Order: sequence, then C-alpha cells, then structure tokens
Amino acid sequence: MPQELHLQSLTELAAGLERGEFSSLELTEALLTRIESFDPSLNALITVTADAALAAATRADARRASGDAGALNGVPIVHKDIFCTRGVLTTCGSRMLENFVSPYDATVVERLDAAGAIVLGKTNMDEFAMGSSNETSYFGPVRNPWNVECSPGGSSGGSAAAVAARLAPAATGTDTGGSIRQPAALTGTVGLKPTYGRVSRYGMIAFASSLDQAGVITRSAVDAALLLGVMAGFDERDSTSIERPVPDYLAGITGSLDGLKVGIVRQHFDAGLDERCALAIREALAVLEDQGAKLIEVDLPNIDLSVPTYYVVAPAECSSNLSRFDGVRFGHRADDPEDLMDLYCRSRGEGFGAEVKRRIMTGTYVLSAGYYDAYYLQAQKVRQLIAEDFTKAFADVDVIAGPTSPTPAFRLGDKTDDPITMYLNDIYTIGANLAGLPGLSTPCGFVDGLPVGLHLVGPHFGEETLLRCAHQYQQQTDWHVACPETYR
Amino acid sequence: MSLDKDQVQHIAMLARLRLADDEFAETVDKLSRIVDFVDQLSQAATKDVAPMAHPLNESQRLRPDRVTEADARDHIQKNAPSVANGMYLVPKVIE
Repeated sequence: MPQELHLQSLTELAAGLERGEFSSLELTEALLTRIESFDPSLNALITVTADAALAAATRADARRASGDAGALNGVPIVHKDIFCTRGVLTTCGSRMLENFVSPYDATVVERLDAAGAIVLGKTNMDEFAMGSSNETSYFGPVRNPWNVECSPGGSSGGSAAAVAARLAPAATGTDTGGSIRQPAALTGTVGLKPTYGRVSRYGMIAFASSLDQAGVITRSAVDAALLLGVMAGFDERDSTSIERPVPDYLAGITGSLDGLKVGIVRQHFDAGLDERCALAIREALAVLEDQGAKLIEVDLPNIDLSVPTYYVVAPAECSSNLSRFDGVRFGHRADDPEDLMDLYCRSRGEGFGAEVKRRIMTGTYVLSAGYYDAYYLQAQKVRQLIAEDFTKAFADVDVIAGPTSPTPAFRLGDKTDDPITMYLNDIYTIGANLAGLPGLSTPCGFVDGLPVGLHLVGPHFGEETLLRCAHQYQQQTDWHVACPETYR
Repeated sequence: MSLDKDQVQHIAMLARLRLADDEFAETVDKLSRIVDFVDQLSQAATKDVAPMAHPLNESQRLRPDRVTEADARDHIQKNAPSVANGMYLVPKVIE
C-alpha cells in the first residue's frame, strides 16, 4: 500500500503525480482536510485558499493529461504571508495590512505558479517578519507541532509549523536575520536561505532590504534543491537581483563529501549554547567526518558583534521601508483624524504592534541627526569587518558548520519580556545575512523531544555545497524524516 | 535609562507614531535596553574601514527611463481607505 499522501515528500509527490498514482485534486483535497482538522490548534495559516486551490488542482490535472506539466505541476505548497499574491489577502502578520488584497504577484509566487504549484494558503508570521517566536503576529502565535506549548520560532514560524505538521510538503519563507533557519531548526524541518540576490525580492514586503532574502522550508535537502531551482534566477524588477545562471541544484546534490573542508567557529560553542544541543551538533559533525569531511577550526574575530550590528542596520532599514504605511494609499487608517499629522500618527500607532514600533523607533533614532555616525555608519563598518572575516575563513574551508539556534524551542511567553533575550536567538544565523551568504539548517537530533538544527553556511553562491552536505548527512541519519506523533 | 521620556517622545514624533499612554513607559524601558545593547559597537576598531554599501559589493543596475507599466490606478486604489475621482482623500491641509 502506498504511503499516505501527507507523509510523502515534495519530490515523492511530484513523482507520484507524474506516474499518475493520484491526481492533484485528490492530493489537494487531502491536504486541505488536514489543514481543516489540525490548523485550529496550530494557527500556522492566516488565510486558506481552498476554492482557488481546488480549481488550480483541476487545471493542473488537465495540463498533466495534455502533456504540459511543469516541474511542480499539481504539487501543493504554502506561501509565507509576506509574499504578495494577486487577489488574495496579504497581511504580513500585521493589523496594518489586515484587509490588504494584493493587486499583483511576487516573482516567487509567479515562478512557482508557472511551474504548476498549487497554493493552499498563506502562513502566519511575526509582524513584518520582526520576531523570532511568531508571537508578534497580529493573528496570534503559531504553535510548535512538537509541543504546542512551545514556539515554532520565527519569523517564518507558520511556514515551518505547516511543513512539520505535514499540512504541506513545502513552504516559502524569508530570512532577514535567521527567519527561515531558526524556525526550521525548532520544528525539525530543512530551511534554506540563499545568497543575497539569488531569489527575487520583488513583491516580498520589505523589512530590511540589504538583508532580506526569500528561501524555502522543506523536509529534505532534495526538496529544497527542487524548489530553489524553480524560485532562483535573475529578475529585472528587483534592483539587487544578481545576473548569474542558476545551476542544476538537484544534479550536484549526490556528490561525495570526501575532502570537503568544514569550518568550525570556536565562539559558536561558547557559554550561550545549550550543552545538550552542543552534543547533538558535535555528533552531527562526526557524521560529516565519517563521510570524509575534514573539520578545521576557523576564526571569525568580529562575530560576537553581529547581533548589535544587525540591531542597528535592520531597524534603520525598517524605519525607512515602513514609512510607506501612511494611512493614505493602502493599509490601516485611523477613524476621524483631526488633521494630516493625526492621521499619520494614529494610523501607524494603531496599525503596528509593539515590536514593530520599537524597531521603527530604534531605526529612527540611529539615523537621526547627531547619532547617524555613531550608530548607523559605525554598524556598516563593523558589518564590513564581519563580512571580511567570512571571506578570510572561506579561503580555507568550503562550508562553516555549527548550531542554528542556542536552544531547542522555548515556551510561548518565555522570552517576550526582554527584547535582547529574544534577539540573541539569532546569534548564529545573523552573520550570514550581514555578509549576504547562503545558510541552511537541517535536523540533527532532539533535546527533550524537541528538534535541534545543524547550521551550514557557505560562500556567496555556495548553495550547491550546502545542499550536497545536507543531503549526504541526511543519507546517514533520519532526523529529518521524524514526524510529531499527532501528525503522522 | 539611556533614553528619557522626552527623547522617546521626540523619536515617536519623527517616526510618526502615536503611542498610547499605557505603551509609553514600556517603550522607554525597552528602547533604552536596545540602545544600551547596540552601544557596544562603539568599542570596535573601525578606523580606515569602509562602511558596507552592498553585501556582494555590487552596484545598483540602471534601466532606460521608459514607461513600462500600464495604468492600473483603479485596480490599485481598491486598497485605499478613501478615494474620490481617482484621488486619495486626506483631511484638509490648507485652511
């Protein structure tokens, strides 16, 4: 008897559809039924596009019958609610955009659509992607499928929870400081943030434009390779999109790890890391060694400054990007404004949540007259130093490996009192964003029944190496196939 | 506290944010903690370091200055809180 559809991976589902073992309509119906039964307790989706998905599945089956099927024809996925989807609510997790129906599609959405993918819905997220626990969402926190008292991480927490609970085989996400990789680690899924400029940012609601990058959350490296191949590539509508051919990510994945030089950063194993997580990471590194990889210690002397650097640069860009929300052209507008100033201030004061307001204000402060040089300019200099540290390290190694997150999933409410405690969740992931590097998290064990993630960072356009490394690791281990009991 | 109430009030005004009275004390406290935290950057030795402008050191592409978008005003204005005759309505700004 064939494995139940929801347990099959993206690649298996694409192959099953190709062989005609089941139709896209059957598959789509099965997953929509799961969403209906499980999502009320997870809150992973803000919008479920059931009717549109069923109609799209019927069209995909027709295309299949006429021999016109793309790489993902009829395969259902979910999009983070930061991606604009034409005619569909696009909230970015905010009251500000509670009623915003996007007039156009993001490039990522367009490309997946062109490959035949079916969109089941839009996933919950921290408001404007600002958060590491999904608790800043206006639509309530997402719950972790491994323990519903815990956070799934964030900001792409809904995408990660949906994939972990087998509501969808894959999801899109975005990563500004760890927002794909940290939730992937906390939910036992695979998260890939590509090189800055590899995937178009067009139609992806901006948080910090020099750091934001779209990527994927899947259940295996092969699935991530398949999805990235469809999403990546030059887009003239994104001024920072890189003109560079997209390699065949699936072709490179089977190569051996023999002789692969894996960098280990001493600071990544300092006091902040949970000892049990450290043990899981060391065991994972030993698996890579067994496959022929060489572990080499590398130094990133300025990496300890990555979080404070990020919390100047990201809020500065956010304060500028979010100035477009003025209560005039789209988004929330306050009732009965006295004058234009009152309209701006109250629309923004009511439309944004507390964390978003703090970041806008932090950004406004570090960019304001008299503080710009001391904060913003200094942060961009330190950022350069951090990037140079990585460049030097990658002269000696092919990939840097370590923990994705300092602890496994934490309980909802545990880190909401102190913003700094929350910010330090991204201590291992932020460096890759500051330097524009690709990063991947793959499951590598459990602590107290909660998943732990192994973090791999590569040089610019090193996605193939990350995917090969993760894939070979996944051939020797089965952490990535583990499924929380309720969702089997 | 590295920031006082007046400074936070000024920042909120620059950012065009009205904070409710019950949000204010918490904002002063949390913003101060964030500013204290990022203050450690001042210790980094950055003399002669060029500030980063682009993570891949690429320059921004330019395109010919040609109209490429069709008019979609009515479609786009469906999301506007208040419009009339294709224009956005705001409170009176000139007496």
